[in-house]
Amino acid sequence: MEASSTLTANILDSLHAPLTFQLLSIALEAARSAGATYCDARILKRQSQFIQTKNDKLLALNQEESTGVGIRVLANGGWGFCATQNLSEKSLSRCAQQAAAIARASGSCRREAIKLIPEPAWRATWTSPHLIDPFTVELDTKLDLLLSCAETILKVPGITLAQGMLHFIKDRQFFANSEGAQIEQLSIRSGCLIEATAAADGDQQRCSYPCSFGQYEQSGYEIVEKWNLPAHAEEIARRAVALLSAPTCPRGEIDTIIGASQLGLQIHESMGHPSELDRALGQEINFAGASFLTPDKLGKLRYGSKLVNLVADATASGALGSFGFDDEGVQAQCTYLVKDGVFKGYLSSRDTAALVGLRRSGGAMRAESWNYAPIIRMTNISLVPGEAGSLEDLIADTKDGLYMETNKSWSIDSMRYNFQFSTEAAWEIKNGKLGRLLKNPSYSGITPDFWNSCDAIAGRSHYTEWGTPNCGKGQPMQTMWTGHGASPARFRKLSVGIAQAGG
Amino acid sequence: MLTESKCEKIIDEALGLAERASSKKRPIELEVTVHSNQESTSRFAGNEMTQNQSAEMDSLSMRLMVAGRQVKVTGERMDKTGLTNLLEQGLTCAARLEEDPELWPPAKLNSKRYPGKLPRFRRFDEATAAMSAEKRAELVRSAVEVASRRGVSLAGIVSSGDEVTAIGNSRGLRQFCRQSSLEISLTASAGDSTGWAKAFSTKADIDVSALAERAISKALAGRMPQDIEPGRYLTILEPSAVLDLLAFLWWDFAATSHIDNLSSLKDKLGTKVFSDKLTIVDDCSHPLQHGLPFDGEGLPRQSVQLVEEGVFKNIVTGRRSADKLQLPQTNHCLPQPDSMGEMPLNIVVKGGETSLDDMIASVGADQEAILLTRVWYVREVDPATKLLTGMTRDGTFLVRDGKIARPIKNLRFNVSLFDLLNNIVALGESVGAAGEEGIPAVVPPMLVKDFNFTEVTKF
Repeated sequence: MEASSTLTANILDSLHAPLTFQLLSIALEAARSAGATYCDARILKRQSQFIQTKNDKLLALNQEESTGVGIRVLANGGWGFCATQNLSEKSLSRCAQQAAAIARASGSCRREAIKLIPEPAWRATWTSPHLIDPFTVELDTKLDLLLSCAETILKVPGITLAQGMLHFIKDRQFFANSEGAQIEQLSIRSGCLIEATAAADGDQQRCSYPCSFGQYEQSGYEIVEKWNLPAHAEEIARRAVALLSAPTCPRGEIDTIIGASQLGLQIHESMGHPSELDRALGQEINFAGASFLTPDKLGKLRYGSKLVNLVADATASGALGSFGFDDEGVQAQCTYLVKDGVFKGYLSSRDTAALVGLRRSGGAMRAESWNYAPIIRMTNISLVPGEAGSLEDLIADTKDGLYMETNKSWSIDSMRYNFQFSTEAAWEIKNGKLGRLLKNPSYSGITPDFWNSCDAIAGRSHYTEWGTPNCGKGQPMQTMWTGHGASPARFRKLSVGIAQAGG
Repeated sequence: MLTESKCEKIIDEALGLAERASSKKRPIELEVTVHSNQESTSRFAGNEMTQNQSAEMDSLSMRLMVAGRQVKVTGERMDKTGLTNLLEQGLTCAARLEEDPELWPPAKLNSKRYPGKLPRFRRFDEATAAMSAEKRAELVRSAVEVASRRGVSLAGIVSSGDEVTAIGNSRGLRQFCRQSSLEISLTASAGDSTGWAKAFSTKADIDVSALAERAISKALAGRMPQDIEPGRYLTILEPSAVLDLLAFLWWDFAATSHIDNLSSLKDKLGTKVFSDKLTIVDDCSHPLQHGLPFDGEGLPRQSVQLVEEGVFKNIVTGRRSADKLQLPQTNHCLPQPDSMGEMPLNIVVKGGETSLDDMIASVGADQEAILLTRVWYVREVDPATKLLTGMTRDGTFLVRDGKIARPIKNLRFNVSLFDLLNNIVALGESVGAAGEEGIPAVVPPMLVKDFNFTEVTKF
């Protein structure tokens, strides 16, 4: 792509706010002239750095930059979206006209025109909290960190593979719409991961830290320091080797304490996705699936025990799914999805809110990048901490049970009822104490039955905002970063071990 | 879209800049990959268009090897200033790294070790690449019309576009490929049941009405699904179900998975690991295949026999991994650097002579079998034993006495691919199949025994 005007060249170098909004207004005007009844336009500049080590070597140092504009238009009652990297004035006008033409084609395949629920036209700037811009931290510091972890892991006899990863993303985004909104946002996301694998005699076991796929937060380099990878390298290596000779997790109905990061993914799959209103309305049925949480169940379904409170909180400071405004300009909110065990709310957008008669969009429209139309996504879907104290208190309060930690595999049906998860490790609990390490643990169930069996949730001191960097949804599929605050919780008579039971 | 000559010009300019910056003290080797993609997707649900998007994106990656230090930088500005900035960024990073004496320079074509020729095929169709929003809307209307006539609700996508990949490097290698694509997938809903059908092609030859008919027939036949006890069943897997299960096996044929001790096939080369009914090749030239004729380093992909009558015959390799394992070089590298190393991307599973109808007819009066249209959310539970879990979806039926007896509620399975591929009873004709877990491949329907269903769900 070549810069073809002074205005554009300036924007590419600095993304100066007044000039960028001036450019966006050209797109909005072109859409209006082409018959748009609504238009929004987003310019996003993304910068990323990905560092990966394998054993004692740097495997990949990849740095990327991408800038472009996505223009979304309502015309003839239908949606159209068009995106380009060419930010010349002419190109923006052409892109807006093309979006309008696409919208008209959509309108020809609609019985009713799409309506948007009102939202104030915000003029605001928002910056994610960060202390250390990760792009200012020297490469040597980052590499030394990962390679020192690898050295520790590889020293443990029986280890066959050590891997490490650091990932940093900086997004600068400008949003404007035909209703007068002008929003500028800066988001910095940081992720870190170390993994140890032991393989022998046809078996292989992997242990990760801080969680599988890496812990991501909306934060600067300080999170890498906070999670202190070197202090945990030996522990995961020893556990991976120990798992090779550990007994297999039994099959049965067993009281189980689920560790916070695994519970984060459980929340993601069995509360986050089913509460997406586009799924509940059947709009995602062709790929991601639908939802058992249909609108007739709102305010009525006992989703979980009275202890279970789940929120969609896009305002949680530093959590991966936070923002100031979503990608259609709706202000970040914190709303209950489940209150005292009852299903209370949806993740929604301006058009789906209008379809079911909500008063306001829940503000969950997010796009992977400038070249994707926003769709309903999770923000931070979190389990409100309980009053059961610490993880140790939970274990002490369990006579005969299991403790499972760190996700290994995950699968759930297309309506979000039946799920099966496996974790990297589990421990027996006997008379309030942790016992033997067990390998290949798994559990399964039906979503409402599972949440209704929850009888204890640890408190705020054991609460962590876990981040999931790889949530797939939509066609073409978009990858989104979502947050899941959770503390460890206990589930009575959980079905355990069917995966490995051999039928 | 970037044309071949434009790509060449950009690559030459980038290589020229690197050459000028190279010195004896700081020798620079460079591999440049240019990627250009335009994709338009019309989405509909409830018989109405819900989203409609079109996006174009060009990017350029420089994999720099500076005095034994490797960095990859990716940007999108392809003018001289953009290329200079990107190169500078890469050189600055490289200067901070330690030397890796095991780093290899970019690939050379017609090297002594590998003199192979590029497979020749054409997978570009101008009309498919340039399909308009109006034309896609027309296809959507055709599908919806069939659904309305049959009284069901239809959702799906029509997605068209094309992409260009061009590679050039400081050892003289140059490659270019442009290919078009059309993907249509449809889900019909008939109250308490759904039916699905999907097709992928490199040209606009998909019969959308016939595809809609398939999805709709499944949905209508699936109404009032009944409970069934989980357990081990004789099972008929349609090609999409076969594709989405076997997709979890392909990396186990890659050299890096063996080097890293992560392959379930480790130390099994040359041994019989699957049913003798199973024969698999990786062949990018197959007429039902798609994708690039060269690998991530620009070397011509070789056709490789992976499994022959159940025997694990070959590992796919790249330059470095072939050298490390002392195996033939097959040119299956992913774009480097990549922790997975290589991947067979053009799978062709040899078919048999038992049609899907014959498989259904073969189920006796005292037998029960389950027919799966597709599988969903398949994940690896145990990489060592290749134990997979997943759900059935969009068309699950009980077969008895030679015919479909009734629709059943969806089931969760836990199945080892080693068990599955040793339990093959019969294979049908191999077809170009598309699923959602793996990329499209050429696979047959399968009749297998003892498929392990562990739980039922509520629909």
